[in-house]
Amino acid sequence: MVPISWYLILSAVLFSIGVAAFLIKRNIITVFMSIELMLNAVNLTFVAFAQQWHMVSGQIFVFFVMVVAAAEAAVGLAIIIAVFRSRSTLNVDQIDLMKL
Amino acid sequence: MTNLHLWLIPLVPVAGFLVNGLLGRRFPKALVTAVAIIAAAIPMLQVADIVLHFSSLATPYIESHGAWIATSAFHANFAFQLDQLSLVMLCVVTGVGFLIHVYSIGYMAHEEGYWRFFAYMNLFLFFMLTLVLSANFLLMFVGWEGVGLASYLLIGFYYTRQSAANAGKKAFLYNRVGDVGFLLAMFLLVAHFGTLSFGQVFAAIGADPALHGGVLTAIGLLLLLGACGKSAQIPLYVWLPDAMEGPTPVSALIHAATMVTAGVYMIARAHVIFDRSAIALLAVAVIGTATAFFAATMGMMQTDIKRVLAYSTVSQLGYMFLGCGVAAYSAGVFHLVTHAFFKALLFLAAGSVIHALGGEQDMRVMGGLRKKIPVTFWTMTAAVFAISGFPPLCGFVSKDEILYQAFVSPTPAGKIFWAIGLLTAGLTSFYMFRLWYMTFFGESRAAAHEEEASVHARHDSRLTLEAEPAHPVHESPKSMLVPMSILAVLCVIAGALGWPEALGGTNWFSRFLASAASALPGGGSTHLELILAIVSTLVALSGWYVAHLMYYSRRDLPARMTARFRAIYGLVFNKYWVDEIYGALVVAPVLFIARWVLAMLVDRGVIDGGGLLAGYTAQGFGSLAARIQSGNIRSYAGWLAACAALLLVAVYFGWTVHFGIR
Repeated sequence: MVPISWYLILSAVLFSIGVAAFLIKRNIITVFMSIELMLNAVNLTFVAFAQQWHMVSGQIFVFFVMVVAAAEAAVGLAIIIAVFRSRSTLNVDQIDLMKL
Repeated sequence: MTNLHLWLIPLVPVAGFLVNGLLGRRFPKALVTAVAIIAAAIPMLQVADIVLHFSSLATPYIESHGAWIATSAFHANFAFQLDQLSLVMLCVVTGVGFLIHVYSIGYMAHEEGYWRFFAYMNLFLFFMLTLVLSANFLLMFVGWEGVGLASYLLIGFYYTRQSAANAGKKAFLYNRVGDVGFLLAMFLLVAHFGTLSFGQVFAAIGADPALHGGVLTAIGLLLLLGACGKSAQIPLYVWLPDAMEGPTPVSALIHAATMVTAGVYMIARAHVIFDRSAIALLAVAVIGTATAFFAATMGMMQTDIKRVLAYSTVSQLGYMFLGCGVAAYSAGVFHLVTHAFFKALLFLAAGSVIHALGGEQDMRVMGGLRKKIPVTFWTMTAAVFAISGFPPLCGFVSKDEILYQAFVSPTPAGKIFWAIGLLTAGLTSFYMFRLWYMTFFGESRAAAHEEEASVHARHDSRLTLEAEPAHPVHESPKSMLVPMSILAVLCVIAGALGWPEALGGTNWFSRFLASAASALPGGGSTHLELILAIVSTLVALSGWYVAHLMYYSRRDLPARMTARFRAIYGLVFNKYWVDEIYGALVVAPVLFIARWVLAMLVDRGVIDGGGLLAGYTAQGFGSLAARIQSGNIRSYAGWLAACAALLLVAVYFGWTVHFGIR
């Protein structure tokens, strides 16, 4: 049996990669993918703890997260296409309309 | 007990004020006139009715219309009081008031704001009658303030003229100084007697024969300060000459016959207090004598016909104060009555002269009017002889009574008061005959006035409605001449009311007032009184003679005397520089403090500065915080990650316990 700490370490590594990519990458699609990565890192911890404590609620939460992630992907990709049509770029540093 | 419905007396004029004040702008002139005259006539008729039944009344008759202020410690009612003193005042106010209303129909006929004028006049009557009728100091104070308001409104009647607006303001402020005294006196009365009702206060004083001086002196002196403001006595007299900026009927009604005598009325009303305080009484006499003398000297040099009369009013009010100050209250009040007749007449006649000359007030360009406006001339003559103190006219009787009472008063200074009063009588005679000669005799010096088509608002006012067509000097209309004639008759016969015993009379007036305003102190003899009367008549004659010499037979004399006594002439001509001294000592520092300390430092510095500081501080913090909102997604993400990391560290080291997070 694999000890839970391994799952958690893997999850932390994935999450950190997600955060780092989110901060570093300029391409909006990559940023989007890094968000997915963080969500899935969290999903991994949920599943690991659910297995550890024999509680099903963790697994149910994972389904919720996956549904939200799917919805987010649909909306997010639509926004990305709209932004690209209007600005012809995917560089987040140039998409700063909300700046003061 | 009969019900006199005293409340109707002040209420009818206020109804006239409301009707004319609210709707008068749209009324035709005749309707405005009718409302105002009726509102002035009804109180007069009611007072006449009261006079007829007065002997059967139990005095003082008190009528209460409910509580005004009712606390456990202090009560004040809407109460009216009628006794001999208030009856006399009622007769003067309603009688002279009605006559002047009638006069104003003619005088104000061509003025813009006709309705406004009559509304204010009715408002004045309301407050004056409230003042006279009130049965306690508090209600009296309401009337006292109200007549000040009406006076302010009417002095500033030609409000587009800067000098008139300033004069109104000046009158209001000087009155306010006096009102502080009146207020403080009321506070002392409440603190000491727990009531402001005349009857209760005077009964409390009467029940305590040992009560002399002390708090009564303080109350008396404070009341005197109030009276000095309202009755234009030294040191607060300077507003009255400036008040002549108002229309002439206003000067006659408010600034000669009624409002300015309120101080005398108040002192006579509160005589119980003054009787118990030798110091306060002496102060009244000293102020009265000094004012009578100085105002008379100032009146000698004036060239504006109304200003001569204004200083004369101040001087005559000084006589009334002198009368009250030697505890001869009925003599003071009698002079108040006769003064109301002759001074109102003088003003009305002066107004008629001004009307005839199309707004000219400078006596130097008058002259030779005797034949052109004979009715004005003869009525004015009656008033001039009355004020100068020629027997048997009313002014002689009342002034002589005051001088005689001053002479026989037990005060050691009584003889001095008498001497100064006598000298003042000579000066009075001189300046009145100076006015008489300059206006009516000699050849006309008015060359230019015929092309000056205007009414009384003078040339610098925009309020002249319809420029009267240029016309030669003309006699005034009937509505002005009839009131003047009635007052002239009163000037001649009113002396009979108080005809002294020394001359075979009964001095009915002082007997009548005895119960309301303490009996005249006895003493002296008929011989003495007779001699003093002859002396003062001689003084009046000599004043006439000097005026005759200087302004009729030898016209070159005034100029030569001016050159000879340049220093004194300058001093008196400039009214002793009192206005300038007040300006430098009081007005300038107050303005300085208001402009630089209060406006600049406190208002702009502290108050405005505090608000601005709070605003700028919030804005500064806001602009700092706004930098976080850069619009750059990666910077948001960085903040989020950094803060999350911070939170993790905090949880790890257990710092969150302090913030209540577990």
